[in-house]
Amino acid sequence: MLENLPILSLLIWLPIFGAALIIFVSGQEKLQVTQWLALLTSLATFILSLIAINEFDSSRYYLQFIEDKSWIETLDVRYSLAVDGISLPLIALTSLMTVIVVISSWNNIKLRAAHYLAAFLIMCGLMNGVFAATDSILFYVFWEAMLVPMFLIIGIWGGPNRIYATLKFFIYTFFGSVFLLIALIYLGKQADSFNIFKMHSLLIESDTQMLLFFAFLIAFAIKVPMWPVHTWLPDAHVQAPTGGSVILAAIMLKMGTYGFIRFMMPIVPDASLDMANVMIVLSLIAVAYIGFVALAQNDMKKLIAYSSIAHMGFVTLGLFISFSLLAEKQVDAAIMGVQGALIQMISHGFISGALFLCIGVLYDRMHSRDISDYGGVINRMPQFAMFFMIFAMANAGLPGTSGFVGEFMVILASFQVSFWIAAIGALTLILAAAYTLWMYKRVMFGDVANEKVMGLEDINMRETIVFILLALMVLIFGLWPAPLLDIMAPSVQHFIDCNLVSKLSPEGMCS
Amino acid sequence: MTSSVNFSIISAEIFLLVALCVIMIVDLFQRDKERKLTFLLTQLSLVSLFVMGAQDLGLERQVGYSEHWIKDQFSTVLKLAIYLGTFVALLYARPFIRERNLMRGEYYLLTLFSVLGMMIMVSANSLLVVYLGLELLSLSLYALVALQRDSNIASESAVKYFVMGGLASGFLLYGISLVYGMTGTIIISEIASYLSANQANLMIQFGLVFIVVGIAFKFGAAPFHMWLPDIYHGSPSSITAYISSVPKIAAFGMAFRILESSFGEADIHWTPMIMICAMLSIVLGNIVALVQTNLKRMLSYSAIAHIGYFLLGLSIGNDEAYSASMFYIIVYALMTIAGFGIIIFMSSENKDYQQISDLRGMGRFHPWYALMFTLIMVSMAGIPPFIGFWPKLEIFRLLIADGQVLAAVVAIAFSVIGLVYYLKVVKEMFFVDCEDSPKVSNSRSLKIALSINCMLLLVFGLMPDSIYQYCISAFASLN
Repeated sequence: MLENLPILSLLIWLPIFGAALIIFVSGQEKLQVTQWLALLTSLATFILSLIAINEFDSSRYYLQFIEDKSWIETLDVRYSLAVDGISLPLIALTSLMTVIVVISSWNNIKLRAAHYLAAFLIMCGLMNGVFAATDSILFYVFWEAMLVPMFLIIGIWGGPNRIYATLKFFIYTFFGSVFLLIALIYLGKQADSFNIFKMHSLLIESDTQMLLFFAFLIAFAIKVPMWPVHTWLPDAHVQAPTGGSVILAAIMLKMGTYGFIRFMMPIVPDASLDMANVMIVLSLIAVAYIGFVALAQNDMKKLIAYSSIAHMGFVTLGLFISFSLLAEKQVDAAIMGVQGALIQMISHGFISGALFLCIGVLYDRMHSRDISDYGGVINRMPQFAMFFMIFAMANAGLPGTSGFVGEFMVILASFQVSFWIAAIGALTLILAAAYTLWMYKRVMFGDVANEKVMGLEDINMRETIVFILLALMVLIFGLWPAPLLDIMAPSVQHFIDCNLVSKLSPEGMCS
Repeated sequence: MTSSVNFSIISAEIFLLVALCVIMIVDLFQRDKERKLTFLLTQLSLVSLFVMGAQDLGLERQVGYSEHWIKDQFSTVLKLAIYLGTFVALLYARPFIRERNLMRGEYYLLTLFSVLGMMIMVSANSLLVVYLGLELLSLSLYALVALQRDSNIASESAVKYFVMGGLASGFLLYGISLVYGMTGTIIISEIASYLSANQANLMIQFGLVFIVVGIAFKFGAAPFHMWLPDIYHGSPSSITAYISSVPKIAAFGMAFRILESSFGEADIHWTPMIMICAMLSIVLGNIVALVQTNLKRMLSYSAIAHIGYFLLGLSIGNDEAYSASMFYIIVYALMTIAGFGIIIFMSSENKDYQQISDLRGMGRFHPWYALMFTLIMVSMAGIPPFIGFWPKLEIFRLLIADGQVLAAVVAIAFSVIGLVYYLKVVKEMFFVDCEDSPKVSNSRSLKIALSINCMLLLVFGLMPDSIYQYCISAFASLN
């Protein structure tokens, strides 16, 4: 029975239909109903993603769960979905984070709660679509459509400066993606198909590759975001409601790096190789400079936002260092770099999501994000302090947490290229420890700072469940990342062997 | 070769004319202030035209009346779009004109006359018939705009429209006369065969300039756009919804018949002009729309920008691109009617609420309609999966296939600017706090029609094939 289940379509459409149902039955008196409905839908989606992982044959690199139907015949756009070892973990991450957002916003959202939950479910479906689409126009449809609910989430439920932040977010990302669209149209014409994997085997001249490279770079670098196009992120994060920040940090940022992996690196590998050093420098700037910027923040959310940019710098570093490694024929190190980047993507999803939830917990009680308003919280909220500590340590890259695994692999890989790249990269371990733990110290330790802190109550059952779930993830993948690596390994191997070879001549390309 | 008289190919026009006369007489004897019978008969004739037209889909191309008249898939598809657009526009108009003392038989009759004009325009096979159709359309529209006699701004618009429209018609006619002088014919296919045998000399090129100017005037493409915002703004909203959408479909038919069918061989002379108009419209429309605070004016400038994208398709000059343009103009009509539908919906108790800030509180007090308006805005901005995205995609695709990557990049970059002002509307509806509920129309038919229209933007967006395949078939049968 399970073989015939269109599992990817279900992962996309189940949450969207759930959301439609919620909008349909919404109304203040039915808040309970909509909440349970949202929880059920998101749980069902998550269980589906677990089934998908269970059914996934991780010994092969092939695309699996393939669905391919004609959609728009006149444009030759197909409704084709499939996953490999790179996209499947991201789908599971998306589904899990949606469950967490639904639980964490339970009774927290006062204004139009049903619509809030519906928006997140729609987002979940669309984001799964982004990761599952193998037709580039279908990918683009999901990629753009996803902006609309996020735009509304920040704009309706955000903080005081939400309008500025949400417009900036939307216009920034839309600006990037129109260049993506041009590149996709061009490639679609060249490949005579919009299938992403047909584009992978396209031979492209080096001048054209360079143009395509920049088109992809604008689109994906804004999404990651890489320095210097990162400025929308702190604004969006600070103004977004807690759930919005969680999804933004945990999943939306990953789409930029996913785009690098799916589009930029395989389609224009020669241009990427030429520009690899530039990308590495940009990544290092993100790691080091943004790390220092984070150190200077007084707003907790802003601090975590900058920390996200710095950690995403690690992902791009791991991806582009592989080009330098392949040029030196160090295939194993290249695989390690890419795997490290992928692990970092997943792990950062958990950690940044968890940290934003922690700040959300504090904000719900105190209505302030300023570090200076806090102090001595540990005296009032010991349980919360424990969870917050785990996540702060993971953010700092402490061994034993998932934050360590990816960063360590990327540093190890970059060491093969140059000591200095590894050294600057390793700076993050110090900087992240500095800004995260310093924030932790100022917020949690010391004497109780004021009356408001005195009145704090510890986390309730619902919040505890969420934190236990996330803490387990962080610790499991920190101590035993093997299952994740196993799922990814064949796909990464294939990615290195076949996708990153030169596209200037047919020589050496996999058939 | 062609029989001179062939009633079957103008049966739709004859039917409409007869229906018009009947409705006119029926209307005379009506005492009903609501003009219910007139309205119903008008809509009924449009529906029957639609049903009749739908039978004609896929028929062979037929020419008659000494080659002055043509009936092919192209004209059939355009006519169907025209009937449908008019039907929706009249549906929207009813509650609006009832409150403004415009509920007169003339409103419906003039609309039907303009439909007749449009049908003639898209079925013409000679420049003179095109011109006749255009004039019938234009004169009805001038009168429609002037219908609100007691309003200064509407009267002003009507005069402006009349003068500007007359000027444009003059240009067009002058161009046609120059072409006639050189080629000795006004039959479209004969001009085409003349041009395939002879080079387009300077005189024909000179005439072509005037024709292009006339067409650009009618579309309101920059730099001939000045009349458009004023007239869209000044006209009663229900009429704006009509004149901004449906006649553009017919204007496309006219542009295609004149530019491609007649001057297809000489397209190196007119495509650059259209291209310049297109780029100017995109740039100007998008930038000026940014600073508008009046929703009606904003939509007018956004209409200029849309016309720019549409003309971009026209300027590529191959069959694929014409079908993309046709797709664009039909989608544009669908979105524009919905867009001005917002203004009709927001006007109640004989007062117009046209400022973008009047939409404040919609998200809180009328969330469903706020959602519907958001659909319109994101569709106009070209966000997938809404219908507005697909024709844009298609036009960019063909531009790139044609090698004009730079034009595609500029056009696409300006669509980002376009996004800003569309989002401004969404922002006012959802994000700005407001204690008072905005006044909205309470007409149930309007509410249902508007909701269906907006939902269609999403439904068609998920299956754009359902429109686009007809556009492609229209051009496939031409060759």
